[in-house]
Amino acid sequence: MATKEETPHAAGHRDLLDLPEEEHRDLLRQMMLYRRFEEKTAESYQMGKIGGFCHLYIGQEAVAAGGIPQLEERDHIVSAYREHAHALARGMSPETVMAELYGRVDGCSKGKGGSMHLFDRERNFMGGHAIVGAHLPIAAGVGYRIRYREEDSVVLCLFGDSVMNIGSLNESWNMAAKWGLPVVYICENNSYGMGTEIDRVAAVDELVDRACGYDGMHATAVDGMDVMAMREATDEAVRIAREEKRPSFIEARCYRYMGHSMADPAHGTYRPKDEVDEERENDPILSYLERLDDAGIVSQDEYDEMDEEVIDEVEAAAEFADESPKPDPEAVYEDIYSDAFPHGIDRRDGFRDALE
Amino acid sequence: MPSITYREALNQAHVEEMERDDSVFLMGEEVGVYDGAYKVSKGLLDHFDDSQWRVRDTPIAEYGFSGIGVGAAMAGLRPIVEFMTWNFSFLAFDQVVNSAAKMYQMSGGQYNVPVVFRAPGGAALQLGSQHSQCPDPWYSNVPGLKVVAPATPRDAKGLLKSAVRDDDPVLVIEGELLYNTKGEVPDEDDLLVPIGEAEVKREGSDATVICHSKMVLQALEAAEGVLEEHGVDVEVVDLRTLRPLDVDTVIESVKKTNRAVVVEEGWPSAGIGAQVVDDIQREAFDWLDAPVARVSGLDVPMPYARNLEKLAFPSAPYIENAIEKVCYIEDR
Amino acid sequence: MATKVVMAQLSPTMEEGRLVEWKLEEGDEVAQGDVVAEIETDKANMDVESMGEGVLRKRIVGEGETVPVGATIGVIGEADEDISDLLEEIESESAGAAAAESGGEEELAAAAEAGAEAGEAGEEPAGEDGGERETAGAPAAGAGGPSRGDGRLRASPVARRMAEEKGLDLSRVEGSGPAGRIIKRDVEEALERGAERPAAGAPAGPSPLREERVELSQMRKTIAKRLSQSIGPVPHYYLTREIDMGRALELRAELNERGDRSVGVNDLLLKAAAEALVRHPEINASWDGDAIVRHGSVDLGIAVAIDEGLITPVLRDAETKGLEQISRESGTLIERARERDLQPEEYQGATFSISNLGMMGIDEFTAVINPPEAAILAVGKTQEKPVAVDGELEIRKRMRVTMSCDHRVIDGAMGARFLDTFTAMLENPLEMLT
Repeated sequence: MATKEETPHAAGHRDLLDLPEEEHRDLLRQMMLYRRFEEKTAESYQMGKIGGFCHLYIGQEAVAAGGIPQLEERDHIVSAYREHAHALARGMSPETVMAELYGRVDGCSKGKGGSMHLFDRERNFMGGHAIVGAHLPIAAGVGYRIRYREEDSVVLCLFGDSVMNIGSLNESWNMAAKWGLPVVYICENNSYGMGTEIDRVAAVDELVDRACGYDGMHATAVDGMDVMAMREATDEAVRIAREEKRPSFIEARCYRYMGHSMADPAHGTYRPKDEVDEERENDPILSYLERLDDAGIVSQDEYDEMDEEVIDEVEAAAEFADESPKPDPEAVYEDIYSDAFPHGIDRRDGFRDALE
Repeated sequence: MPSITYREALNQAHVEEMERDDSVFLMGEEVGVYDGAYKVSKGLLDHFDDSQWRVRDTPIAEYGFSGIGVGAAMAGLRPIVEFMTWNFSFLAFDQVVNSAAKMYQMSGGQYNVPVVFRAPGGAALQLGSQHSQCPDPWYSNVPGLKVVAPATPRDAKGLLKSAVRDDDPVLVIEGELLYNTKGEVPDEDDLLVPIGEAEVKREGSDATVICHSKMVLQALEAAEGVLEEHGVDVEVVDLRTLRPLDVDTVIESVKKTNRAVVVEEGWPSAGIGAQVVDDIQREAFDWLDAPVARVSGLDVPMPYARNLEKLAFPSAPYIENAIEKVCYIEDR
Repeated sequence: MATKVVMAQLSPTMEEGRLVEWKLEEGDEVAQGDVVAEIETDKANMDVESMGEGVLRKRIVGEGETVPVGATIGVIGEADEDISDLLEEIESESAGAAAAESGGEEELAAAAEAGAEAGEAGEEPAGEDGGERETAGAPAAGAGGPSRGDGRLRASPVARRMAEEKGLDLSRVEGSGPAGRIIKRDVEEALERGAERPAAGAPAGPSPLREERVELSQMRKTIAKRLSQSIGPVPHYYLTREIDMGRALELRAELNERGDRSVGVNDLLLKAAAEALVRHPEINASWDGDAIVRHGSVDLGIAVAIDEGLITPVLRDAETKGLEQISRESGTLIERARERDLQPEEYQGATFSISNLGMMGIDEFTAVINPPEAAILAVGKTQEKPVAVDGELEIRKRMRVTMSCDHRVIDGAMGARFLDTFTAMLENPLEMLT
């Protein structure tokens, strides 16, 4: 049986962890950056500078901030398509992320990936995967390589609650548990898979119970709106992976304030506006600020000052993205294969003729 | 030169590559303790000191273990992922097509995926419709993948070794009916057959038969048939790699013979043959003396009954017929 | 069983015969080989011998009457046999050109079967009206057929490329592929024979034609049988076409201005016919009972009126000759014909004939085929006529030609396509000279 720990969503926020003040300030600032970055993203999307599917993170900042920055450099992250904040949390610059959203050459994936495919090999940020459930076994594969090479790094795999019902979850967890792969699976349970409330489609009351079927898998449910709780749970899961060579599952109970993607309204037909408003009372940034303020670590004035800085930072990122060149037409054939693009293929598609 | 089976050739390739490079490992259903569903991996587990990490028996979970292969490859290993047959790969189609094939491009060239997916494809004997399919055109359609389909033991060994060393995902389509076929394989450590190069398996002057995998054997048989019956001298071009196609070798041969028959085991609609015919009409139009003929499996799910299966399989007589047609020899 | 006595062909050139005298009365007994009647041919008076035995039941043709070769002149049968059906059949045959050999029930059944077969193949069985209808759907003769059946030249890409490289005129090459497609081997063979493109006015070079026996399809057999029963052993029908001669006459004038020999309209007609026949070898053919013979050369018969009647000298291998040579040789032939100086081999064995009465003021007429040729072209005079051209009325020099065709060999559409080519040659005369 998996080991399961309960940290109910409704239990309220924990006390502040005993961290250096500077670290608390950084965590708050991180979350503020994610928020302002996504607000700027929404604006740019509406101005037509960003296209395609674009999924915002607003409301879920505590998960990224609580789960990612404390990872070691040698660790890995494999994420899904709501991953802008994950990239920022991993230390990727707002410039390269925004430039990627803009489809420009300075984007972290050279403008070839877009919003759903952020990559940074230097930081072991391994995507950005847009097929629901597909990256769970990929994360296990990275874990396989860690065991294969007898290393002590870990893999963090983030996904939404809709993944809880997909077959790849079983296949991945089964092998990860059986083979002892050091993967921390974090489900950001924001209650809705697109417009479908998780309760309507999952035949299990507590998602965390899903992990009970895998021997050796550590499992816990935490308040994903509380960066402290998130941080604590992740630290433990990472330790288990690193030291005990077994996988974990963290159900991070959180809430998304925006629509599923930029194509959706904030609430829509599937949830009442009241619900969104009510959840906003529980804003992960403001509730953390409140505690920091109470503890005398960050005042409201300091917060406002930090906010100005963060806004400047994302504005600069947008400016950078805007000025970054669009990819050269010749780049269309680049990065498909490690060696040259096959001659037999590129000469049959009329590309060169069309360019002339 | 020793004559060994296609199965042994593949086995040798595994051993040699796994010995040469410790980042190479094999995973799949029954590859270890069971010695492989088709015994391709016979003795490997033992050979690698019972290391479950080098020779990994997986649960029946194609989606999961193929994804693990992709992840391990992204992280620097060189997995060989065996599907028991390509028919089961469809459970993992997403990992092959959406993950392996796309990773290098969507990461802007940061994460290549040096994974090999291998399995037997096509019909064997009376396995029924779900176990008798040719995935060749489906996967060959996908940019980011490389697809090889060796016909002989030599090519099987050389192409698998090249596939393992390739930095991109390579699909090796083998043949259940080929595993027991024998052929000469040079006794050298580094037998590499380059990916993307077709080979003329039989020289001839009157018509070119373009084919791959099992169909090469059928084409060679048909070539002898029409030579005896009509004195027609057929050139057989074995594509060996389906993506990228070696258009140059095909065109060179067609320019020489002026006639082409394109053969594949799979279905006719949007098949490999359709692509080859397209390349021929575009690059050798002025050399054609007859419309290019195609031979394929019948456009039906493979039936079980022995006689119907035989009918649906593109055997040598079908190919002979097509050769006669492009050579303007009256129907028999 | 009753048999017909027919006007037998008793000389190679005989088209019709006059019944000079019956040797038997109706009711007289007759044995096989008995002389039944005396016939006057174009050469001599000959005896007609009985093919059956019994009694002469009926004289169909009276003494002194002239009927075409193949027409029934009498009926021999058993004394008490009912021959009313046979008589009805003979009567129903079209006036003046009736012909039927032995209309046995078996053959009729076979013909019906063949017709049904043809019907199944999506083609109507040949009718006796000889019109376009039943021939339009007929295949343009299998593998060896013409490669320009629908007006476009069918050739494989490599054949076209090779022809272009070697300067070979593909219109002179016969295609052996499906639907007459010219394929590589045809070009190679043509190149071996050296059929290069001729220079203007120069001899046309070696013949691209080969003699060939085309096996009869059932449909072809049925057409032949049914039409022969209808209008004689050479079932004629006629196709007329009006040709604009303006450019041909201009060309002739131009040639005559610079040449030392005067070229006549007749010479242009001969040249055009030779060229068109090369492109339509199915016209340059003969009925041979169990097959159709396509001739290996174009030998043009030129009908020449002489005091005693008509003679048709033959211009041999016309397809290999340039306009100048045609003009020179035909001039000599005609001259010698008028002087009655021709040897038999010089007026026998044409593969196609032209009869021109234009100089005698005839607007248009029909000519009778000279067997075993399959067609003859009757040429009327060239005259100025108002013609609508692109909606405007213009005065043009027009000439009408009528081709008589042997329906056993040539179907309506085949003949029409030939005339189309012939017309195109004369209306664009440079094409046939280059």
